[in-house]
Parts: sequence; structure tokens; C-alpha cells
Amino acid sequence: MKRLLLRNADGADPGGSWSRDPGGIQATEADRSQIARTGLRLFLVVVSSLFFLFLFAFIARSQMADWLPLTDPLAPLANLWQLWLNSAFLVLSCIALQWSRMAARQARLDATVIGFALGGVFAIAFLVGQFWVWQQFVAWGYFVASNPANSFFYLLTGLHGLHLLGGLIAWGIIVAKFLRRVPLPQLSVSVELCTIYWHYLLGLWFVLFALLASTPETYEAIARFCGLR
Amino acid sequence: MAYAEQAETEALHEPKSFLTKYIWSQDHKVIAIQYSLTALFVGVIAVVLSGLMRIQLGFPGTLEFMDASAYYQAMTMHGMIMVIYLLTALFLGGFGNYLIPLMVGARDMVFPYVNMLSYWFYLLAVVVLLSSFFVPGGPTGSGWTLYPPQSISQGTPGVEWGIVLMLVSLAIFIVAATMGGLNYVTTVLQARTHGMTLFRMPLSVWGIFIASIMALLAFPALFVSAVMMLFDKLLGTSFFMPAMISLGQQIDHQGGSPILFQHLFWFFGHPEVYIVALPAFGLVSDLISTHARKNIFGYRMMVWAIIAIGVLSFVVWAHHMYVSGMNPYFGFFFAVTTLIIAVPTALKVYNWVLTLWRGDIHLTVPMLFALAFIVTFLVGGLTGLFLGNVIVDIPLSDTYFVVAHFHMVMGVAPVLVVFGGIYHWFPKVTGRMLNDTLGKLHFWITFLGTYAIFFPMHYLGFQGMPRRYYAYENYAFIPQSAQELNAFITVIALTVGVSQLLFLFNLAWSAFKGKPAGSNPWGAASLEWQTPNTPPIHGNWGAKLPVVHRWAYDYSVPGIEQDFVPQTVSAEELEQMRQLSAGTKIADVKT
Repeated sequence: MKRLLLRNADGADPGGSWSRDPGGIQATEADRSQIARTGLRLFLVVVSSLFFLFLFAFIARSQMADWLPLTDPLAPLANLWQLWLNSAFLVLSCIALQWSRMAARQARLDATVIGFALGGVFAIAFLVGQFWVWQQFVAWGYFVASNPANSFFYLLTGLHGLHLLGGLIAWGIIVAKFLRRVPLPQLSVSVELCTIYWHYLLGLWFVLFALLASTPETYEAIARFCGLR
Repeated sequence: MAYAEQAETEALHEPKSFLTKYIWSQDHKVIAIQYSLTALFVGVIAVVLSGLMRIQLGFPGTLEFMDASAYYQAMTMHGMIMVIYLLTALFLGGFGNYLIPLMVGARDMVFPYVNMLSYWFYLLAVVVLLSSFFVPGGPTGSGWTLYPPQSISQGTPGVEWGIVLMLVSLAIFIVAATMGGLNYVTTVLQARTHGMTLFRMPLSVWGIFIASIMALLAFPALFVSAVMMLFDKLLGTSFFMPAMISLGQQIDHQGGSPILFQHLFWFFGHPEVYIVALPAFGLVSDLISTHARKNIFGYRMMVWAIIAIGVLSFVVWAHHMYVSGMNPYFGFFFAVTTLIIAVPTALKVYNWVLTLWRGDIHLTVPMLFALAFIVTFLVGGLTGLFLGNVIVDIPLSDTYFVVAHFHMVMGVAPVLVVFGGIYHWFPKVTGRMLNDTLGKLHFWITFLGTYAIFFPMHYLGFQGMPRRYYAYENYAFIPQSAQELNAFITVIALTVGVSQLLFLFNLAWSAFKGKPAGSNPWGAASLEWQTPNTPPIHGNWGAKLPVVHRWAYDYSVPGIEQDFVPQTVSAEELEQMRQLSAGTKIADVKT
């Protein structure tokens, strides 16, 4: 970002990227992808801000007396195998998309399509898995309003899922373009953007997972560190 | 005028049908006008609401329907509309949309479709907000800060529907603002024309750019608060709701933290002040420089001040919470940061004054509004220093002194810039001038009127008159003189409110019948005034993009007859202009 900010500062070569190279379509495509990447990065900053504030609220609220930890021996998160399984799906999804992204760079259409399709399928598997965890919560009597820890679990996993669902809409649009035989060079930027977004959501999921699966002592330590206790 | 040599490599798909040209438009200029007209429309509603409140305060009992609930509902909607749906939308969606591409030499925003969506989401947010007037129980009356537990507890007006619609509307607005903000920031970073370096951008763009970044970072806090409060209200969670007895009944919630909401709200709320103020700072800098025919004093200092204010505004939020029972050390920290933020802010005021110093000041209508802004912002800013200190704030908290302060600094001052900006850029938008006489009349009534309204409120605050009361009769600690002053304020407020019709009439009449403006009626140097067509056509620049050779503030350059040098004039062209001016002078001497 620093490089981006300073690129056109005084003394540097003048000119925004839009009109940097009068060369032709190639240059315009490169500029467009740069613009799209910048837009996506900014969006990810906004999403980070959103989740950071949710996590701040989580830590602050966890210090109240009525908080019942989800990691207690008889609570749903005492055993984390379901969440690990879901995590594995999301990791596989990201690996498939990364493979697709690299294949797109090398102009290998088949590999790009297969990787991209697999990425979406694994992501759907992750979402189904998360919904299954929600159902387990309900079956155990851990409803959204029963306790603030439950409320945050539903809220954070739900919001993360909604972000992934938004990504899947974009994924669906790109898949439709592949089916309509839109040339690969026109779609490689979209594949790349999708992959970046997926990687971000994977990182975010592990942050959320780590926090949700932590013990009250960890929350207390974080709260003390942040001056919330 | 110099243009880039290259032709655009991509075809410009100019919309042809009425629907795609004016309704579902992706053109930043049309979207800016849509944003502005919608914002002005809700602004009128907010002004009417304030008029109703003032009638109740000045002449209690005059309006039969104005009971306590109606008063609080009017107050809540007035505040929220003014801060979010008028000022934020107008500065970023209106001025930002119109000016950024034109000022940086772009053909449009980088994501035109998202830009269009941004407006329609904003409109949806407005519709949802206004629909709360027509639901059972009416809009929420919880105050614009929406503090829980009161905002979602029985007894508060609009507790069933109003608060839900308010929170949903805010969430939609934030989605709209995010889509807009991503566009503004990416356009500034990626779509500047040849030669438009960051430090050649006009301060208007800098103000809107930094405010957009702040909006992208701060609005999530409001979104988080809104979502969590919706959960508390609709799903029965206890994020913010403590255990309490309401109307004699133990409520179902327990353990929630209302203070947590306050932290989240003000983490958004204080940067919001600067999300409104920074664009105003930028616009007013351009107005002052243009109409004083002098380069802005300390341009780089002004830029760094904008950035410093933007950063510091994220670490002052708790000065809104001094009376919430926070740790005294926190209060000390936030008082210090609040005083520190006054430094770059004061620097800007000094630089405006130094720009005016020995300038060729043209008292045009935009300039009058710009000058009025400086003094108003100064007054509002100085009372901010009072309230930023914990020990002074505590006795003044919840009095009319606070009402006077935030109206001066956050209400009147930015609105003066809005007016100044509209009078200044209207000729570019429509190709016609606004009527000068009506403009001056509008200015003097608004300027003097707002001082007559808000100056006495400082005095009322010192007297201890509390805010948020819907009637001030029969309180032993409020003297009769306060009631007389309230009546005076009401008369002036109604006068100022009605006088805004002059402005609206001027807008409507001049758009069609105003004097033709030409391409650059103010003799401005910045890029938006150098478009080949006025109003600019789709794509802004014709076949070729402009090339920028200098900053936007070359006014009264020595040796040049014309008292401004457009940003598109190269060094060679400038030399030719010098020689031409010298030749003209020699010819004048000979004759």
C-alpha cells in the first residue's frame, strides 16, 4: 500500500495508471486488474475493521460474569473435530483455487476450470459443515439468546459464512462465464481476485476459530492486555 | 489546453435512453446529482422537524400533537438525518462523486456500476428510515445516539418498529457508503491523469479522499453496534442489555454492557465528525484560494494536517463519554488527545487566514460562505476545547452549551461549506450561474440567523439549562429569562428555516433560467474548470485526457496578465503567456 501511495508522489513518474501506457488493450487490461486488486484490498481492509470491532466486543463482553464458556467439558466446543473438519474443507477450497490461479497464469484452461470448480464445491462443503455445527448447538440447547458466548458464536460464524456466500455468488458468476466459453485471459483476473478473497477468508476463519475455541483464561489475558479489565 | 496524446483505448459506451442516462446512470456526475438532491430532500425534512421542536420549546403547547414522545422522535430523526443522511451523503456522495473524477482528470469512477449501486442503496436506506414515520408507534425517539438499554426498552417511542427500521436503515447506508468509499479511494489512487501527482491534487480531493478512508474504517463500528443491537432487540440476546426492571417487570436480558455500545458508537461517532469536516476543510480551501486570487498558504502543511486529523480522530472517541463513569486515567488520555487534535486543526485555520492575507478578495457568494465558515468553525472549535477538558465538560455535560457547540462546529459550519460549494460549482454542473442577489440574501439571513440561534444557547448552557427536555416550564432552576430567550431563538430559527426556500428556489430557477456561466466563470485553476464542455459530457474530457503540469493554486502569478494559470498549462505555454503579457505591456506603454 505504501508503494501505491507514493508511486505518483512528486519526483516520481507522473501519470495515473489509467493512462500510463498508451500502448493498447494489453496495457488497459493490466491497469484494470491493478484497479480491481486495489479495490479488493481496500474492501478487505473494511472487512478486517468490521471483524476487529466484533472481536473487541467479544473480548469486552466475555469479561462479564454471565459468560458461560463453550469450551467447558460438557459444552459443544469441548470437542472441536467438527470445526477441524470444516476447516479442512476451507483449506482444500483455497488450495484448489490457488491451483486454478496458477494454471490461469500459465493459460491452462482445463486445470483452471477444474481447480476453480473444486474450490467452490469445497467452500460449499464448509458452509454446510458450519450449518451442521449450528444444528448441533441447537440440539444441545445452546440457542442464540441463551448465553452471550452462544450469541457471539452464531454471530461470528454467521457473518463469516455470509462473506463466503458473497464470494460464492461471484464464483457462480465466473463459473457461468466459463460455461459460456468466455476466453481465459478475460477471466484470469477474476480467478485471481476470487482466490485472494478466499485466502483472506481462510485466515479470518482461523482467527475466529482460535478465539472461539479459547478458554476464558485466554480471554482474560487478552482483555488485560487491551486494558479492558 | 494541453491534452494527453493518446486517445482512449476503450470505447466509451455513452448511455442513450432516458432511463440509463438519468435513472440507472453509471455516470459519476448524474450519481452526484442524484445523491445531492436526495440528501437535500431529507435535509428539508430534518429542517422541518427542527422547526417543530423549536415551536414546542419557544411556545410550549402551541402544537397539540407535540407531546414528549413526538418531541423525542423529531429530535432523533433530526439528528440522524442531518449527520448521516444529509451531511455525510452530500459531502461524499454528492461533492465526492462530482469532483473527484473531474479534479484528478479521470473519465469516471473506477467502478461505475458499484457507484450506481451505492446511490440506490443510499436511496433504499432513506426510504427505510422515512418509512418509520408510517409504522405503528412511529420512528424511534431514543436520541440520535440510540443508547441502550433505553432505545430498545418499553416506554421509549418507536420501540417496536421505529428502532428496527432505524438500525436496518443505518446498516443499508453503511453498505452504500462502503461501495462509494471504495470507489472514491481507488479512483484517487489509480485513475489520476498524466501529471496529477498526489501533491498536485486540490485540497478538496485530499479532504474527500481521507474522509473516505476514515468512513471505510469507522462505519464498521456503527455496523457492528447496529447488528448487535438488532440481535438484542429481535433475538433476545444480551450484548448490550443489562438485567433490569422495566415498567415494573424484570426483563429477559441480563449481563449486557451499555457502555460497550457507547464505545463502539463513538468509535464511529467521533471520526464521523471529521468525515464531515475534512471534505468541508478541503472544499473551503479551494473556495478561499480561488476567490482571494491567491495560492493556498502552506499546501503541504494543509495536506499533512488533513492526514493528522484523520489519524488522531480515531483516538479521541471517549471524550463523548466523560460522564459514563470511565476510569479517570482514560479521561485524562482522551482529554490530551482531544487537545492535540486541536493543533493541526488550528494550523488549517491559520493557513486559511494567511491565504486571505493581502489577497485580492472577491466577495462573491461562495466566498461569503467560506469566510463565514472560518469564523463559525473557530467559534465551534474553541467551545470544543472547553468540552474536551474533563473538568469543564462534567458540569457542562447535558446542557445547552453542548447543543450550541456541536451545532456550530458540526452543523452550521459544514452546512455553510455545502452552500458555498453549491454556489461555486453550480455553474460547472448546470452551465448557469445562481442568482447573485438571492444568494447574498440567503447568505446573510443564514449566517446572521444561525448566530442568533446558537450564540444564546451557550449562555443558556452556562445557566444550567439541560438539553433533551421537551418543555422547560415549571422548573425552579430555569429562570423566566431562559424561556424568553427560547422564544427569541424559535422566531429566528423559523425565519432561517423558511429562508432556505430562497436557496431552493434559486437552485430550481437558475438551473433553467440562470445567466449562462461559460466554462470557467470564477477564473479557477483546478482541472474541473478546464473541461472541453460545460456541463461536462459523458467521459468528461472528449477524445483525449488532460495532462497536468502544476498544482491547482497558481493565482496572481507574477508577469502573467491572466490572474490564474490552469493546471493544464505547461512550462513552455507559461513562458509564452509571460512573453505575451510583456509584449502587451510594452504596447500599452507606447500607446
